Amino acid sequence: MPLNFKTYYFDYASTTPVDPKVVSVMAPYFNKKFGNPNSLHHLGREANQVLMQSRETIAKIIQASPEEIIFTSSATESNNLALKGVAWANKNRGNHIIISSIEHDCVLNSARWLEGQGFSVTYLPVNREGLVFLNDLKKAIKPQTILVSIMHANNEIGTIEPIEAIGDLCRKKNIFFHTDAAQTFGKISIDVRKMNIDLLTASAHKIYGPKGSAFLYVRKGVKIEPLLHGGEQESALRSSTVNMPGVVGLATAAALSQKLMKKENAKMAKMRDQLIKAICKNIPSVSLNGHPTKRLSNNINLRFKAIEGESLLMLLDAAGVCVSTGSACSSAKLTASHVLLSCGLRPEEAHGSLRITLGRHTTNQEINYLLKALAKAVKKLRNLSPYF
Amino acid sequence: MYSQKVLKHFQNPHNYGEMKNPDGVGRVGNLVCGDVMWVYVKIGKNKKKEEYIKDIKFKTYGCTAAIATSSMVTDLVKGKTIQKALSVSKNEIIDSLDGLPPIKIHCSILATEALNEAIYDYLKKQKREIPSAILAKHKTSEKEQEILDKKHKNCRS
Repeated sequence: MPLNFKTYYFDYASTTPVDPKVVSVMAPYFNKKFGNPNSLHHLGREANQVLMQSRETIAKIIQASPEEIIFTSSATESNNLALKGVAWANKNRGNHIIISSIEHDCVLNSARWLEGQGFSVTYLPVNREGLVFLNDLKKAIKPQTILVSIMHANNEIGTIEPIEAIGDLCRKKNIFFHTDAAQTFGKISIDVRKMNIDLLTASAHKIYGPKGSAFLYVRKGVKIEPLLHGGEQESALRSSTVNMPGVVGLATAAALSQKLMKKENAKMAKMRDQLIKAICKNIPSVSLNGHPTKRLSNNINLRFKAIEGESLLMLLDAAGVCVSTGSACSSAKLTASHVLLSCGLRPEEAHGSLRITLGRHTTNQEINYLLKALAKAVKKLRNLSPYF
Repeated sequence: MYSQKVLKHFQNPHNYGEMKNPDGVGRVGNLVCGDVMWVYVKIGKNKKKEEYIKDIKFKTYGCTAAIATSSMVTDLVKGKTIQKALSVSKNEIIDSLDGLPPIKIHCSILATEALNEAIYDYLKKQKREIPSAILAKHKTSEKEQEILDKKHKNCRS
């Protein structure tokens, strides 16, 4: 990269920079307070103390009990544990699982794997805006249904699902309800008791914490099998030496996000709406994907007629702007986003979509730069396109 | 994942845009797959009275690799005789771009097909006999197009 190259980061839904405050809290746990919380000596006991405090911090944020928080390495691991663990432990009750068709790949592929193990899976449809409907869920529930997993908000289009109503229904039907809150934890208030959530996934690196640190909330009374067997850490649900810097980073980042939530949401929602308006005004043939209001405050997902999203991303990248098409995980695949296709978009509409996500450090100056760079890139690609 | 050469051609593609009164046009690819290439050619005669690609332009809807290969293929064949132009292989395009990611190899195939289609279109308009190699490649492209169009019909719209 040239020396004067400046980065304009608009991919906060993909990952975030670790907050400097979080870095400084984490630092001693690498080489000074490096004890294993399972050790009996004073270094171990000190680490165990901090582990318990971190668990309490996380539990308090979602109104859970500390022993209901299981630290893991990623949201992917948490989702795998939730789906496979609950399915395995409850197969004597039934073999049916319900998920939405717009779940993250780690939920979708866990469900598909379970299908190969003799479970049956219903993939709930969504409407044009990406919303799951309670009536569809009601119709899909069978006597054999043991688990429902619907994400809190979608990572690509930012649509917020009606998880409180879903939780309520599942509780009444005595079915475990899991939600993937990777995109909402620290951004939307979560009360697992009030929302009747039995299992919840969240991750640190989406909220200015470190990568490789996440958790799964498992309500007391939920039957679940571990994926990893060993030293029986984390209530024997996740054997592995605990990643102490990661756990401390997660707790610190979560507490910070909780504190800043209201202010940040207000700031980003305003920026989001202004940016959507400005893009639609400055660039012809653009449409918004997702829901106009039931939407994450930092998410913008647009489709541009006659343009392919990857080339738009790469042209913006040449101008220093980081955005994404769909989710970063799918950038190595050629197929159009399963989320956008599930919303009923035609493949060429899905191919022409771009995700812009704002964050804690987004400035108005950056927004103005993005607006100009985007208009320029779209114009250039449309000049190349046979369809415009 | 992309070479510097790919990025260079992508950011500043050569020979793009529409051509007025082209002698032949080749249209390949499908929106469903996310790659569509249109190649326009003007054919001239050199001193040896051989037909050559006097001018070539392209319009492409697609990813970085699709645009870069379009640009590269036009560079590689411009000024070449029809015969030499058609002998440019996908590997030659890939090598000239210092490589393509494995999942993008199909873009280079698409580029050679687009050129073949444009030459086929030229010969057909001239009511000339179509050499068997060009005809065979044209038939393959046509078949692929049919399969894709059928697939497209099944998609929700």
